[in-house]
Amino acid sequence: MSFFESHWVLTVLLLLPLAGAVACLFAGKDEAKHVALVTSIAAFLLSLPLFWVFREGTPAIQNYVSIPWIGQWGIAYTVGVDGISLLMVLLTTFIMPMAILGSYSYIKRQEPTYYAMLLLLMTAMIGVFIALDMFLFFLFWELMLIPMYFIIGVWGGERRIYAAIKFFLFTAVGSLLMLVAIVTLVYLYYRQYGVVTFAYNDLVELPVTRSAQFWLFSAFALAFAIKVPLFPVHTWLPDAHVEAPTAGSVILAGVLLKMGTYGFLRFAMPFFAYAATSDVVVYTILTLSLIGIVYGAWVAAVQPDAKKLVAYTSVAHLGFVMLGLFALTSESIQGGILQMVNHGISTGALFLLIGMLYERRHTRLIEDFGGIAKVMPFFAFAFVVVALSSIGLPGTNGFVGEFLILIGTFRTHPVAAVIAATGVVFAAAYMLPMVQRVLYGPVEDEENRELTDIGLRERIVLLPALAMIVLIGVYPGPFLEKTSASVDALLQQIEMRASQAPLEPLGTDVRFDHMPILGVDED
Amino acid sequence: MLSLPLLLQEAHAAYEPILPAWILLLPLIGAVVNGVGAFNWRGNKAIPSIVGPAAVIGAFAIVVVNFLAMRAAAPHDPAIVSLWTWMSAGDLRIGVDLQFDQLSMLMLLVVTGVSSVIHVYSVGYMREDPGYSRYFAYLNLFVFFMLILVLGANFAITFVGWEGVGLCSYLLIGFWYENREFASAGKKAFIVNRIGDFGFLVAMFLVFVHFGTLNYETVFAAAPAALAYGGAVVTAITLFLFLGCTGKSAQIPLYVWLPDAMAGPTPVSALIHAATMVTAGVYLVARTSVLFAMAPVSQAVVAAVGAGTALLAATIATQQYDIKKVLAYSTVSQLGYMFVAVGIGAYTAGIFHLMTHAFFKALLFLGSGAVIHAMHHAYHEVHSHEDPNDMRNQGGLRRFMPITFATMWIGTLAISGIFPLAGFFSKDEIIWYTGAYGYGILWGIALVAALLTAGYMTRLMVMTFHGENRTGADAEPHLHEVPAVMWIPLAILAVLSIVGGWVNIPDALPVLPAVHALHDWLHPVFEPARGILEAHGLHDAHSSPIGGGEAMWAGISTVAAAVVIILTFRALVHRTWKPAADSTEPTGLAGVLYNKWYVDELYDRTIVLPLLALWRGCWRIVDAGLIDGSINGLAAGTRAVGWIGSLFQTGRVATYMFYFVTGVLVILATFLL
Repeated sequence: MSFFESHWVLTVLLLLPLAGAVACLFAGKDEAKHVALVTSIAAFLLSLPLFWVFREGTPAIQNYVSIPWIGQWGIAYTVGVDGISLLMVLLTTFIMPMAILGSYSYIKRQEPTYYAMLLLLMTAMIGVFIALDMFLFFLFWELMLIPMYFIIGVWGGERRIYAAIKFFLFTAVGSLLMLVAIVTLVYLYYRQYGVVTFAYNDLVELPVTRSAQFWLFSAFALAFAIKVPLFPVHTWLPDAHVEAPTAGSVILAGVLLKMGTYGFLRFAMPFFAYAATSDVVVYTILTLSLIGIVYGAWVAAVQPDAKKLVAYTSVAHLGFVMLGLFALTSESIQGGILQMVNHGISTGALFLLIGMLYERRHTRLIEDFGGIAKVMPFFAFAFVVVALSSIGLPGTNGFVGEFLILIGTFRTHPVAAVIAATGVVFAAAYMLPMVQRVLYGPVEDEENRELTDIGLRERIVLLPALAMIVLIGVYPGPFLEKTSASVDALLQQIEMRASQAPLEPLGTDVRFDHMPILGVDED
Repeated sequence: MLSLPLLLQEAHAAYEPILPAWILLLPLIGAVVNGVGAFNWRGNKAIPSIVGPAAVIGAFAIVVVNFLAMRAAAPHDPAIVSLWTWMSAGDLRIGVDLQFDQLSMLMLLVVTGVSSVIHVYSVGYMREDPGYSRYFAYLNLFVFFMLILVLGANFAITFVGWEGVGLCSYLLIGFWYENREFASAGKKAFIVNRIGDFGFLVAMFLVFVHFGTLNYETVFAAAPAALAYGGAVVTAITLFLFLGCTGKSAQIPLYVWLPDAMAGPTPVSALIHAATMVTAGVYLVARTSVLFAMAPVSQAVVAAVGAGTALLAATIATQQYDIKKVLAYSTVSQLGYMFVAVGIGAYTAGIFHLMTHAFFKALLFLGSGAVIHAMHHAYHEVHSHEDPNDMRNQGGLRRFMPITFATMWIGTLAISGIFPLAGFFSKDEIIWYTGAYGYGILWGIALVAALLTAGYMTRLMVMTFHGENRTGADAEPHLHEVPAVMWIPLAILAVLSIVGGWVNIPDALPVLPAVHALHDWLHPVFEPARGILEAHGLHDAHSSPIGGGEAMWAGISTVAAAVVIILTFRALVHRTWKPAADSTEPTGLAGVLYNKWYVDELYDRTIVLPLLALWRGCWRIVDAGLIDGSINGLAAGTRAVGWIGSLFQTGRVATYMFYFVTGVLVILATFLL
């Protein structure tokens, strides 16, 4: 087994940013950013071959390893990827160099700590996506919180303390309930089979009674819904985005929000398939997603602050993703996963662009700009492309994701799909006025007349995003192929588990199927 | 052994598209080169001047070769070129597939042909503009998307072109983005079009759910068996599609963006907002004619909306003073005619008018561009800020611009339906079939709108070219004819506006030979839909609703149009207009028409402003008030409890002793009592 087929690539991906973080702390004030950039690029290059080495057409977990860690509690270092987590890992490693290079001139104090925080965050994020042990997962999940809290609270804007605490409290509340649910799940498993285990593949086999499923699902769902964020637990997001430094916003929108949708896919839905597919849950989540899509767009349209506007568009976009997941069709879930990637790229790029403006003018108010296209033509070009991707113009990545979500959703919930499709109109209604007010019109503010167009470093930051926007928009095949087997298997499992979910606890001989592991269960 | 005739027949049937991808690639390459140029060699006029038109003329050349090949082969079925798989997930598979059939071929000819002419014209019109390279980048990109729209072999690929041309329209309307109003017009066009695109999307979802595919051929072949004639599903699909058409092709209720779109450079108005993009809706109805033919309700809606739009826009056109606004409303009105045609099932007539309209409306717009070019130049020379577009500032231009004058009159006569120009044949065919198929009211509306057309076009010509010049004594000497690079395109289009109608001459007309070239050409495409219509009682009465044959009514309508032209001319030619700056807004009915029936104001009051208020309410009341209020309240409550608790923490030993003793006493008391 080559390096890229083994767990080592994942393990090194976890350790490399960690080592980089330590190196940053010891690096000088001016060197830290270079250390961070090199580390993140190395991690990206390391992760890239996974895209080709990964075997399509099988839902099996690949690059798998399970090394006992705390034996008596059944806790192990278990990692691996399937098609879904693969894309999330690559999204993370793709976004991080952009976020770091985008911070070069933005962060002007305590750089070593800042870049160490970013890299620590990177380890935690990758960990969340590859962990297949619930203890390990929860560890990474909580670990994410700490660097993000400091990134917002220390390097953020004026109301950074309020935003950081709000972010922390919202997320922590959800996490606590999830922890209780995890422990309960482990306990139920123990009661059933007499074994203590935190292994994902064991716990997923447990037939949880229908009534218990609702409680446990709710606990998981709340944690993930806050992260997504679903209406009405979304209000931490605009504040966090507005106050966070550019890189913080990029990572928040680019990766962190996907933890929520990924959590639903990986944990909440397969663990508690009966609850997740029950009418009450499906209709609740679809309704909240629709509110997110429509309401998020509405509120975005009247924001005076460009960054807050983009923050609210995230509520709308992630509403699309949630809609796709809970429409429970192959098309819509695959669209949802692709849209997670798309949103990361497009919204990440939007935050980078707004950050570039902020660095020049120290304002994010839309009304302070106007006529920017005249003085910053390349910036304007990039801004328009990214904006079009965000509103899902065909030919850009955003369309492919939204279209698959909508057309899949229409199969099972046509009314919901039609309501969601109105979001397409509202998207134009929030994005184009901002584009117009920032880029077009006469240059009225004297300060804006002096602005310089984005330079080489900033172009390098943006170009990968622009390239991916078009590439995924025109040729999404390679990305969809990664997820199709995983999604189909997931749908089958959910359907089967939902129909077999017991009313009473069952005997020890009944188990659901787990996720196959490449090299162990098949092949 | 195969016989020779059979072999020949086989060779006949085999039409293979020649260099199909290059038809798309050439304009795309042009767009990229000019786009790079817009950043890197902005001062260079030579590269865009060559690359821009060459990219489109090259595509036109390939199209012509393909047309000849297709004509020789006369294939019955479309040729599909599959490039790659675009999306594949679950049961959905969408390929990047191009469809070459007689309909798309005709559209290719019109689009690349008219585009070529307008690109050449643009070299003259836009040469002085600092955004010259960017202009050609957008214009090439537009052609690229328009060709995708036309060539798409499934709904999704058509939709790519559909939204792509919308994007280019947005970019070109707001081309002079430093003008806030122009930028707003672009934005309005995009958002209004998106409302239509929503309909297109929903139609696609319905098609996919009921057919499992979005491919035209499969859907159309399966539709008659899979869906009930006149049923809810096919009616819903077609009505949602038509919602898309009302956006893209500027019909009631979504036409409001097109007049504002005149903010773009005039060649753009000619190409996008007259000849090609705005006809996409007509093309879509024709393309999906099988579905529309199965939905009589939708057909009636299409025809009625078309007729209503034709009349409404024509009334507004009579009282506009901006030369481009007149032409814009004229376009809306003429598009209405095309929808009447495809709505009643006269598909060839609709496409016929689409084609001739592309010629004479492009001519009229380019002519108005020549006028504006001259006016702008004259005003520029004397540093005047008068509006060069306002016809009240023009007048008497025939003396300065004889070629523009002559060609625009040709366009005017053509659009008015004067024999034997192009518009006579195409418009007459629409009006005739509207009556002969039994749509009496629509027939009457179409006739009235035709007379209005003759009227407002004559008014435009008189105000612009006849009478005394009102440009101003100092600016007048600077008026002059446009250069050859601009008037040669006018001449080409003028010729087409004359002869363009001769591809389809009805049997009924005396003296003239009957020509069915267009009918025969499009026959394979519309055969299935016509079959459905005829099976369900489409009846050609061979007479108008109030009697009389085709020849008679053709005669009546052309004579009536001629009379209107003469009367309007005589009424207006000696009238004196004050220059725009000295004029007051018209009052009475003229004022209502001048203000476009106040539809924009109505939309603002009843839709835009209430929505914005609702959105603000969502933000201020729900988000900031309810949700954050309760969360911050929770935080404040927690803090308050903490503060009360902290009151007990005085830090003095005596206090704690007091608590301790009290506590012990309470415990003891509970045990003892």
